[in-house]
Amino acid sequence: MNQRILEKLSILADAAKYDVSCSSSGSKRKNDNGGLGNAEGMGICHAYTEDGRCVSLLKILLTNHCIFDCAYCVSRKSNDVKRAAFTVQEVVDLTINFYRRNYIEGLFLSSGIFSDPDTTMERLVRIAKKLRTEERFNGYIHLKAIPGASDELIHEAGLYADRLSVNLEMPSVEGLKLLAPDKKQEDMIKPMVYLKNEIVANKEERQVLKKAPLFAPAGQSTQLVIGATPESDFQILKLSDAFYKNMNLKRVYYSGYVPISNDNRLPAIGTPVPMIRENRLYQADWLMRSYGFHVDEIITPEDPFLDMQVDPKLGWALRNLDKFPVDVNTADLELLKRIPGVGVQSAQKIWQARRYGKITWDHLKKFNIATNRAKWFINLKVDDFQRKDYSPQQIKNAILQHGHSKYTPNYTPQLALF
Amino acid sequence: MQAVLYDGSWEGFLCAVFDVYEYKYNDASICPESRFTGHLFGAVHHARMESAHSDRVWKGLERVLPKAACDAIYRTFLSGLEDMEGHLLAYIRYAFASGGAMEDDFSHPAVIYLGQTARKVYREKHRMEAFVRFQKTADDLFYALIEPDYNVLPLISDHFRTRYADQRWMIYDARRKYGIYYDLQEVRQVAIQFDETTGQGRDITQAYEPTEPMYQALWQQYFKSVNIGARKNTKLHVQHMPKRYWKNLTEKIHTPCPPEGGT
Repeated sequence: MNQRILEKLSILADAAKYDVSCSSSGSKRKNDNGGLGNAEGMGICHAYTEDGRCVSLLKILLTNHCIFDCAYCVSRKSNDVKRAAFTVQEVVDLTINFYRRNYIEGLFLSSGIFSDPDTTMERLVRIAKKLRTEERFNGYIHLKAIPGASDELIHEAGLYADRLSVNLEMPSVEGLKLLAPDKKQEDMIKPMVYLKNEIVANKEERQVLKKAPLFAPAGQSTQLVIGATPESDFQILKLSDAFYKNMNLKRVYYSGYVPISNDNRLPAIGTPVPMIRENRLYQADWLMRSYGFHVDEIITPEDPFLDMQVDPKLGWALRNLDKFPVDVNTADLELLKRIPGVGVQSAQKIWQARRYGKITWDHLKKFNIATNRAKWFINLKVDDFQRKDYSPQQIKNAILQHGHSKYTPNYTPQLALF
Repeated sequence: MQAVLYDGSWEGFLCAVFDVYEYKYNDASICPESRFTGHLFGAVHHARMESAHSDRVWKGLERVLPKAACDAIYRTFLSGLEDMEGHLLAYIRYAFASGGAMEDDFSHPAVIYLGQTARKVYREKHRMEAFVRFQKTADDLFYALIEPDYNVLPLISDHFRTRYADQRWMIYDARRKYGIYYDLQEVRQVAIQFDETTGQGRDITQAYEPTEPMYQALWQQYFKSVNIGARKNTKLHVQHMPKRYWKNLTEKIHTPCPPEGGT
C-alpha cells in the first residue's frame, strides 16, 4: 500500500505542478478551536524546488482522469500518461501528516474532470469539509472551482476553503477555441462572477455580524498561460487589469508555457520556457498592484510587447524623462516609488528619513536602492558621477552595460528564427 | 573607556544599560563576560542583576518608543552579533535623549544598524518557521533539530504553539544547546541530556513512530515530483534554501551539495 500511495503521489503532484499559484497568505482563519493549524496572516514557503519555486502547499490533483482534451494540458484525454486517483481519505491523511511535520501550509487541491463538473466539485468539497469538521484543520485550503458546477457546490466550497480559483489559462477567446474547442470562456467567467459577489457579500455581512462564517477569506485568483498562443503582452495586461478592477481578484498568475506535446498547434517540445517574458509580466503586474501605475502607462497598443531588456518600470522612466531627475528631498511618495531602482520600502524609508534632515547619496546607498539604475534619475551629487542631458538610449545602454541580468547566460533573450 | 560586563542574558543587558545611566558612564562599552578579554586602560564594572533595573529600562523604552522599535531592540539583541551592544546602547541613548520619535531617522548609524539587524533576525525567524521539520516519535512527540544563525527560539515559540496546539512538540537548537518544549499546556525552555545513540539529538530514527519513515519518503517524493526540469534554476534554489540548512531538511538531507557557485 505504501508503494501505491507513493506512485499516486508522484503522478498527481507531477500533473498539478503547472499551476503556479503557491500563495498561502491573506486568510483570516485562526486556530480558536484548539485544533490543528493556523492560517492567519503571512504565508510561508517551506521549501523551494530545484527550479527555484516556492513549495507552500501540498499541490495535487484528486485525479488526472479527464474528459476534456485541452491541447496545452498534460492531463488531456488523448495524452498517453499514467492515470491515478486518490481517495478522499488518502488526501486527508497526506494533508494532516504533512502539516503536522511542518512540511506545508495546507492543501491546494485541483482535479481533472473525471465525469461531470458537479461530481468532481462535490468530491473536492467533501475533502475540504472532512478536513475542517472532522480533523479540525485550520491550515490553508485552496480549491479549484470547477466551471459548470452548481452554485450550491461552489458556495459550499467557499465555506471550507480559504481561496478558490478558476484558471482562465488561455488569455483570449481565439486561443481557447484553438486549443480547447470543448470549452467556452463564458463558462469560466460565470463562477468567477458568482464568487466575486459572494465574497463581497460575506465581507459586508461580517462587518455587521462578526460571527458570520468565513467565505473564501483569501479571495480568488486565476492563471494565464503565456506563450502557448500568440496574444500580446498588451492583451494579457489589459485582461489582468480588468480582473483586478472588475472581479476583485487577489492575484493573476502567469505561467510560461512548458512544452509538453507534439501537437502542431503548440510550441514544439524543447522550445525554451518564456521565463523572461513571464518575469516581465509579473513586474508589470506588481506595478499595477503596488506602485500605483495605470496599465496604460505600462503598455500601449502601438508597442504591444514589454521590453525584454529592461524592466517595465525602467521602461516607463525612459519614456518619461521629463519627470526626472527627481529631488528625493521634496518629491511625494508616489513619485519616489516610480524612480527605477527604488522599491516600495526604500521609497518609504526616504520619505520618513528626510524629516530629520537632508538625504544624501550615502543614505540612499544604505537604504539598499539599486544605485546602478537609480543614479540616472535622482537629483543628487553622486560620487564622481556627472549628469548631463543623456538620451533614453544612452541611459539604457549604460545601465545594461553595468547590470548583470539574472537570466544571462542561462536564458539568452535570443529571438527564434524560423 | 569604561567596560560594563553582563552575563549575556537579555535581562542582564538591560541591567547593564541601567548601570551606564546610574553611574553616568559617558564613554561605556557593554560586553558579555564570556567575550571580554580585558583591556589595558580603563575600568571594569560588573552590571548588578536586579529585575527592578531591567524592568525600569524596558518600561522607559516602551514609553518613548512605539512597539515596532522595541521589537527591533529585542531582535537586535538576539542576533548575538559582536558589535550589537554598542549600537543598541547608542540607539537607546538617542531614544532617551530625544524622548523618542527618532525611530525612523535612518540617517543615524544606530537606527539603520538596528533596522538592518532586526530584519536579519526576523528573516531567520521566518526561515525557521519554514524549515523546522518535525519527526514523529513512538510516544507521539514531534521533534525537530535546528541550527539557526541567530537565537530565534524565543521568537518562534508563539507561532508553533498556536499552530500545533493539539500535538506535543519540541524544537532543539543544537548550536545554542537548548530547546523549547510544548506539553499541550504551555511552552517551556528545556536543556536536554541526549542518549549516546542519538548523536546529540541528530539521529532519533530508533525512536520513530512506525509510519514516520513512510511520510518522510512521501515528502521526498513530493518534493521531487513538483519540480519542473525545464525550468531548472539552481542559483535561485540555493538562494532561497542556503546549503547550511540542508542537513536538517528532510527533503534535502540526501542531496549532495552542488559545487560552490555552480549552476
